[in-house]
Amino acid sequence: MSKEEKKVNRRDFLYTASYTVGAVGLGAVVWPLVHQMNPDKAQQALATTEVDISQVEPGKSITVLWRGKPVFLKRRTPEEIAEARSVSLNDLPDPQKDEDRVKKGRDEWLVMLGVCTHLGCVPLKDKGDYKGWFCPCHGSHYDLSGRIRKGPAPTNMEIPKFEFVDNNTIKIG
Amino acid sequence: MSDQEYIPKSKAAKWFNDRLPLLTLGAHLTDYPTPKNLNYWWTFGGILTFCLLTQIITGIVLAMHYVAHADLAFASVEHIMRNVNYGWLIRYIHSNGASMFFLAVYIHIFRSLFYGSYKSPREVIWIIGLLIYLLMMATAFMGYVLPWGQMSFWGATVITSLFSAIPLVGESITTWLWGAYSVDNPTLNRFFSLHYLFPFLILGLVVLHIWALHVPGNNNPIGIDIKKPSKDTVPFHPYITIKDAFALLMFMIIFAGFVFFSPNVLGHSDNYIPANPLVTPAHIVPEWYLLPFYAILRSVPDKLGGVILMFGSIFILFVLPWLDTSKVRSAVFRPIYRNFYWIFIVDVLMLGYMGAMPAEGIYLVLARVGTIYYFLHFIVVLPVVGLLEKTDPVPMSISEPVLSGGANPSLAKKDNDKI
Repeated sequence: MSKEEKKVNRRDFLYTASYTVGAVGLGAVVWPLVHQMNPDKAQQALATTEVDISQVEPGKSITVLWRGKPVFLKRRTPEEIAEARSVSLNDLPDPQKDEDRVKKGRDEWLVMLGVCTHLGCVPLKDKGDYKGWFCPCHGSHYDLSGRIRKGPAPTNMEIPKFEFVDNNTIKIG
Repeated sequence: MSDQEYIPKSKAAKWFNDRLPLLTLGAHLTDYPTPKNLNYWWTFGGILTFCLLTQIITGIVLAMHYVAHADLAFASVEHIMRNVNYGWLIRYIHSNGASMFFLAVYIHIFRSLFYGSYKSPREVIWIIGLLIYLLMMATAFMGYVLPWGQMSFWGATVITSLFSAIPLVGESITTWLWGAYSVDNPTLNRFFSLHYLFPFLILGLVVLHIWALHVPGNNNPIGIDIKKPSKDTVPFHPYITIKDAFALLMFMIIFAGFVFFSPNVLGHSDNYIPANPLVTPAHIVPEWYLLPFYAILRSVPDKLGGVILMFGSIFILFVLPWLDTSKVRSAVFRPIYRNFYWIFIVDVLMLGYMGAMPAEGIYLVLARVGTIYYFLHFIVVLPVVGLLEKTDPVPMSISEPVLSGGANPSLAKKDNDKI
C-alpha cells in the first residue's frame, strides 16, 4: 500500500510541475497578446489639454475634446449655483454635494466629462427636467451640478482631474 | 448506410479516396437521406450558406478598397461608392446582405422553435447554431462601425459601454476594448481586423452545425423519428438540392429588390454624416435585427440590470432544450404550445418595434410588458405547458397519414428490409 502511494506521489509531482510550467509559459505568451489592446503610449500622451476660458460668459458653457471625450466647462450664474446647492442629498441617486464637484473659490466653474454614465452618449445642455443636461439616448436627466437625477444612468457625470493654471486657463488631465 | 459502402468506380479515384475519403464525403452528402415531407421553412439552411458566402466574397473585395483609419474610413467608403468600378453594387450587396442574412437566420430559428428542432437528440446542433448567431451579431455590429459615420461611432460607444456595467472591472474592460479612452482610431482598427476574422469562425461553426445535423438527420414537420433510409426519406440530391435552389432563387429576388431599388431603406441616414465625438445623434437606433434586444436593455431602469437582461434574453436560448418539457417535438401536435408560439412571435416583433421608438411613455410601458413576457415564455410557459398539455396523436411514420390512414409499423419495417 505504502509502496503504491509513493509511486503515485512521484508521478503527481511530475504532472503538477509540468502543468505549472506550462501554465506559466502560456500566461507569459497570452499576456502580451491581451495587453496590446490596452491604450498605447500615443494614446496616453494625449492625457492633458489646456483650455482658454476667458471668453466664456456667466451662464454659458464650452465643450472641448480631451482624450477623445468631450469635456463640458460651464460658468454658472450665482442663481444656478444656489439652485444646485439647494437640493437635499436624499433626493440624489448618487449623493454628492455641489461643493465637492467644484474647486473651492472657483465655484462658478463646473468642469466635467460630457459623457453620460449610462452608455456613453453626450448629453444635451440646458435640457431635461432639472435644467442641467439631458441624454437623448436613454433619457437620463442631470442637474446644474451634473448629478444624475432621473433615468438609467447610475452615477453623476465624472469630474476629471483639472486645475486652474491662471485666471484664464484650465488644464485638464 | 450507403456512404459506408461507397467505392469509387475509377482506379485513380479509389487510390485517392483510400488516402483522403473526400469522395466518400461527397457521396454521403449526395445520398444523405432526408425526410420527404420537408417544407419550404427547411430551405433556409441553404439560403444561410449562400448569405455567408456572399458576405465573405463581397467583404474580401471591399477590404481591397477600404481604409481602416478614423481620418480616412468615411472617405474611403464614399470612394468605394463613387470611384471604384461597381463599388456601389458590391457595397450595397454587402450592407443589405447583412440584413438578408439576419432575416434568413430569424426564419431559420423560428422554424426550429415551431417544429421543436432544438429538442433531443439535436441540442448540440441548436447550441452551435446559437454560437453562430452570437458571432453573426458581433460581426454585424463591428461591420456597421467601419464606415465611421455618426451611427457607427455612437452605436460603437453605446454597445461597448455596455461592458462598463460590470462591477469593479467594467471600466478597465471598456478601455481595453477601445484601446483608447473613448471609441477612437485603435477601436476602428481592431474592429476591422475582427470583422474580417469572424466570418471564417462562423464558417467553421457551420461545418460543425452540419456535421452535428448529419448524425441524427433532419427533423421534419411532424417531428417524429424516422428510419433512414426508408420510404419516409429521399436522397438529398436531387430532391432537396432542387427545392433549396428554387427557394434560394425566390430569396435572391427579394435580396436584389433591396439592393437595386431601396438600398438604404434598412440603414440610417445619420450614418452618412462623418463620426463626430462631440455630438450624439438625437435618436440612436441599432440595426433592425438587434432592436428587440435593445428594447429589453432600455426597458430596465437600472444600468447593470438592463445589461444582464439583454444578454440573458439570448443566453436563455442555450438552455431552451431543457426548459421545454414536452416530449412531442412538432407544434403541429401541440394545440396549446402552438398558441403560445404565436404569442411569443408577436411579443418579439412588438419588442422590435419598441426598440425603434423613443424609450418613453406608452412605448416604455409596452417594452416592459414585452420584456417580462419574453422571459415568462421560457421560464414558465414552456416547462408548464409541456407537462400539462394533452398533445394530439402523433403518427408512426411520415407515410402513414398519406397512404393508409392507420398505424402499420410492421409494413414500415418490411419496406426497410427491402432497402
